[in-house]
Amino acid sequence: MSGALPLLRAEGLRTWFPIRKGILQSTVGWVRAVDGVDLEVPVGRTLALVGESGCGKSTVGRSLLRLVEPQAGRLWFDGVDLLRLAPGALHPYRRAIQIVFQDPLASLDPRMRVRDAIAEGMQAFGIGANEAERTERVAALLARVQLDPAQMWRYPHEFSGGQRQRICIARALAVEPRLLICDEATSALDVSIQAQILNLLRDLQAELGLAYLFITHDLGVVRYLADRVAVMYLGQIVEEGETERIFGDPRHPYTRGLLAAVPSVDPSRRGVRAHVRGDVPSPAHPPSGCRFHPRCPEAFERCPREEPRLVPVGDGASRCFLAEGAASTADPS
Amino acid sequence: MSDPVLVVRDLVTSFPSARGRAAAVDGVSFELAEGEVLALVGESGCGKSVTALSLLRLVPKPGRIESGSIRIAGREVLSLPVSELRRVRGKEAAMIFQEPMTSLSPVVTVGAQVVEALRLHEAIGAAQARRRTTQLFDQVGIPDAESRFDSYPHQLSGGLKQRVMIAMALALRPRLLIADEPTTALDVTIQAQILELMRDLQRELGTAILLITHDLGVVNELADRIAVMYAGRLVEEGTREQVLGDARHPYTRGLLRAVPSLGRRGERLAEIAGVVPTPQERPIGCRFSTRCPVALPRCPTDPPGDTPVAPGHVVRCHVVAQELAR
Repeated sequence: MSGALPLLRAEGLRTWFPIRKGILQSTVGWVRAVDGVDLEVPVGRTLALVGESGCGKSTVGRSLLRLVEPQAGRLWFDGVDLLRLAPGALHPYRRAIQIVFQDPLASLDPRMRVRDAIAEGMQAFGIGANEAERTERVAALLARVQLDPAQMWRYPHEFSGGQRQRICIARALAVEPRLLICDEATSALDVSIQAQILNLLRDLQAELGLAYLFITHDLGVVRYLADRVAVMYLGQIVEEGETERIFGDPRHPYTRGLLAAVPSVDPSRRGVRAHVRGDVPSPAHPPSGCRFHPRCPEAFERCPREEPRLVPVGDGASRCFLAEGAASTADPS
Repeated sequence: MSDPVLVVRDLVTSFPSARGRAAAVDGVSFELAEGEVLALVGESGCGKSVTALSLLRLVPKPGRIESGSIRIAGREVLSLPVSELRRVRGKEAAMIFQEPMTSLSPVVTVGAQVVEALRLHEAIGAAQARRRTTQLFDQVGIPDAESRFDSYPHQLSGGLKQRVMIAMALALRPRLLIADEPTTALDVTIQAQILELMRDLQRELGTAILLITHDLGVVNELADRIAVMYAGRLVEEGTREQVLGDARHPYTRGLLRAVPSLGRRGERLAEIAGVVPTPQERPIGCRFSTRCPVALPRCPTDPPGDTPVAPGHVVRCHVVAQELAR
């Protein structure tokens, strides 16, 4: 891991959701959406959190903001454990960490003009001396995300999908965050518009020194944007490491399966492989031992019986007995 | 070569808009040979799905087919009486959609739904239909097919529901399968399984497939030929190798360079500036001219014709035509 102190560090993060039944709504089980997640976002860098539907990646994003309350774990931001803070004391951190969601129309109030949507957060955190100054700042922000500042008096429905996502980004930037969580922020966009937004996010990072947690299912986007990657499966991180290494030399069979399943646009490379068979099991009843073993092409006797730990491998970590063996033979340190 | 399974000529399908009717599909022509896979690709709103719906006369009101010709297995779809059209749907041509739940009834078991489709078209008994359905489920890779027969759609995962849809579509051995974004709602490991299945079935049964998608990777996996659509019109058509490996239209080239791929890191993604024009804003000439980085002065006013650039590779672009003329 990098020597410098990370901006954000989660340790053993656990967010389970109760399954309630009957007229007394008694808890009959738990959906283990996030089940002991460790991750680090370095200052000014990008960590991508990847995985398929239901793996818990979005719940991680919400847990970091305490939009859902984790039951256990530690969440260090700038040396402060956010999970130990009283809700009132959380206020300054709500400014430091912002989030952009997949559907901009659902996250913008349809009756609020763009100017007011962007200025709302500034007002809450006392940014700008008065309304006129905030309006000026909104104009600058809109220009920064390549929208016409003259359009600030319009309503969200008057913009296209890509433009609305620019508005959401401007709104997040308005309070000068240090970490921006992007939860499938470009997934609903057409590829030509997605390219515009991805380039914009990269420029903003270079300019403002923002750190990103990029939550996505799209591995092409990850390769383009991320410095490090964490791969999530059924509530746990199964592999973590530097982006180039993850793509060039994936150590976990699930990562290898994911990469083999992505179709290429290169006509000389055809034939995705469905190494990973079947469906993702329910996070309410995760399989015994390694949670990936029922779908793993390389599983052996030990896998259903014992739960592998996340062991350090090279620049990162892998939760697989095979990587454990490789680590002990190839890397005596 | 035998007659094409599908021939579409000058298809125009319109929807009402604030200023008169707007053509979502505006003069589209293409052919699909027996056993061939043609991908119709483009971004949201380009008209690819409306084209697909037009083929079986499934365009939802107030949309309507204005003109053109659609021949499926030699029969003109646009002039067929409804009773005959029902026979074409399912028997000659079947369709699968992105979201299986829009096509499956939530209150009937999946097995019974396939049996119903079979018995609607063929005079077979209940027991035989059940046997055929179980075989089909087996063929599309539904594990434990016998017991899945009695499952309701909500009891199945997204991948299994899509397999049920494919089984139902192939039940009557149609010559044409229209697949509208068949893997878009699926996770990538499930998508890989469905792509493998479609490839195997296509090889085995020789069904011609019209694949509608925005995903150029999926296109590369399945297609023999590719037609690229923009703002209601086709802009480029050719073999998979021609279009993905040697794209000539500025829009196709832009699209390909905008895809963040696994093989590249660091380099900036190519953007296509601006947004797709609404039907009211479309230029009378080339519709891509408002966003085209190499547009000529005549492009906004003069609609480009077909320019063949190689055998089977056609582009509609003044710039390409001019380069060739030199």
